Amino acid sequence: MKDMTELVTRISGANPRKCMKCGKCTAACPAYDEMDYHPHQFVDMVETGRLEELMNSRGIYMCLSCFACLERCPRSVEPARLIEAVRLAVIRQQDKNHLKPEQIPPLLDPDLPQQAITSAFRKYRK
Amino acid sequence: MTYSYFPGCTLKTKGKDLDLWGRASMEALGIQLQELPQWQCCGAVYPQARDEIATKLSAVRALASARDQGRELVTLCSACHHVIKRVNGDMRSDETIRSRANAYLQLETPYGGETRVLHYLEVLRDAVGFEELKKRVVNPLTGRRIGAYYGCLLLRPSGEMGFDDPENPAILEDFIRAIGAEPVVYAMRNECCGGYTTLENKDYAARQAGKVLANALNCGAEELITACPLCLYNLQTNGGGALPVRYFTELLAQALGVKEGTA
Repeated sequence: MKDMTELVTRISGANPRKCMKCGKCTAACPAYDEMDYHPHQFVDMVETGRLEELMNSRGIYMCLSCFACLERCPRSVEPARLIEAVRLAVIRQQDKNHLKPEQIPPLLDPDLPQQAITSAFRKYRK
Repeated sequence: MTYSYFPGCTLKTKGKDLDLWGRASMEALGIQLQELPQWQCCGAVYPQARDEIATKLSAVRALASARDQGRELVTLCSACHHVIKRVNGDMRSDETIRSRANAYLQLETPYGGETRVLHYLEVLRDAVGFEELKKRVVNPLTGRRIGAYYGCLLLRPSGEMGFDDPENPAILEDFIRAIGAEPVVYAMRNECCGGYTTLENKDYAARQAGKVLANALNCGAEELITACPLCLYNLQTNGGGALPVRYFTELLAQALGVKEGTA
């Protein structure tokens, strides 16, 4: 999995080794309880090469892209960038899209803004 | 004063009120928002990956188009503003992204982040001025207790967005005062409503919206305003109607007398 660590570091441009394990990212994350691995664990797992577990976690689809972790990190580790990089490492693979167009119609309602669909496609498929 | 204007996909469809009252109000204030002649959806999520170029190109096209017209670029939707502003920062400061994006686009004049990107609220604050706005109000919203819902995208990351203090913003409260109403400050005004997960996990999006609404309600807000169509949808539709949620431009239009009745 060493190659995967390099890939995720390269895609994200973030450096998990700067983390001082204060846990502020998890404290700031509005979705931490929806994630199997919380943001601070996530950073540690990238650093220690536990990428396979992260790639199989549902947490990578629950990041809200709210940038609270990134804003509040005292070491500028940018956990949101790492989470997005791991998600991309998954969905860039063949047949690994997390969202298919045929799943959309039953999810529509009259008020749903286009922004919701566009952003879901951008986040969940390549 | 004339600005280039990027409305974005949602403001042409489900978020028409944000656009309609935004344009009408600026016109009443003597400012022209000229829609870019051709624009594409910004993609709604800023691509954070260093190696993603194609997903940044529609923002670069809009930025270069405004540059070619010699104008500053005004956005209104929070998501469009976030994406376009951050891509502009990349084009200015990241040599790899700049050269690769220009290699794709083959513009007559390569783009290097020259355009100044402004959110509509920044135009109100910095070009019009809230004191001046207050003088132009003909129908002050006296007695209304309004909570500002900032959400995430206008404020964070503050180093790139440069919009307001990310933990204690004031621009929307100052706006609320300028239109004659009373701002209600509550803790969750700059916490995420969870809207992006509405297709992935609607239950979570609804719970998170409920927390924002309950906090605003407990602090005495009687209504909320926002600049984000997805926040509006999530707070209003998924949130179950605990409080009315409106676009800030609708209240602005009402205060300026360009929209009849009470919003």
